[in-house]
Amino acid sequence: MSLSETEIAQLLKLLRRTEDRELNCEQCLALVAEFAESHLAGKSIPAGLQAIEQHLAVCGECLEEYEALRLTLDGLRGGRDA
Amino acid sequence: MERTNDSWLKDLTQRSEPALVELREALLRGLRRGLSGRPRADESFLEDCTQDSLLRVLDKLGQFDGRSRFVTWATAIAIRVALGQLRRSQWKDVTLADLVPATVNQGGNQLAGAPAPDVRMQRRDLLVALNASIQNDLSDRQRTALLAELRGMPQDEIARQLSCSRNALYKLTHDARKKLKARLEAAGFTGDDLIATSVA
Repeated sequence: MSLSETEIAQLLKLLRRTEDRELNCEQCLALVAEFAESHLAGKSIPAGLQAIEQHLAVCGECLEEYEALRLTLDGLRGGRDA
Repeated sequence: MERTNDSWLKDLTQRSEPALVELREALLRGLRRGLSGRPRADESFLEDCTQDSLLRVLDKLGQFDGRSRFVTWATAIAIRVALGQLRRSQWKDVTLADLVPATVNQGGNQLAGAPAPDVRMQRRDLLVALNASIQNDLSDRQRTALLAELRGMPQDEIARQLSCSRNALYKLTHDARKKLKARLEAAGFTGDDLIATSVA
């Protein structure tokens, strides 16, 4: 069995974004609320939160969770209460 | 009037019933928005996740550091709980052995399209180096975990089948990525080469 073209492409993109020091998923979860609120407010991302961007680039699950959180916060801001 | 973070913490620490009800409603609203459009996220599923999330938030109260709104922090936890349950339900009958056979191919990946000869040769060389590194530099656990992730298996499920925590799994795959990247860099491939090859 071989790696598919999609898997190779995905792996190479992951390697491109890999850093020696990365947050893990638990550390990401602890900071992602502040990160999302900063984004929503149009603020520049504080230095301490820039590692979140890197983690989201290499962790598809945390990225999916972040996008869902943004969807929630966007809804709150737009006043579209459920 | 919106509760302050301090008010949430104080009342939830005391397990105040009005605060619990208010948080439960906020989490359910957040999940409805955040998971809207997902076919298996019906109201019953969301209510079950809300209950699980409420317990998780209460368990983690001591970790809230006040750097965001409390409800945003709690909603992030609820989303992790809910998406984790959705992912696990999709993969509950798949084993790592099914997903990642003991060997992966030794080169021979077909080139997509018809790039220029020099690009094609560089891509072939990079893929050969990548495959060799996957085979030779990674442990069995690293190879299995990394390939299972690439094939979409949820991290919680991989961790469960490898009998480790999600954090330990992250370290396992992070170390694997670092090894592969270092090997490719030592062979002369740059980050730009990785991008060029990934889209070639």
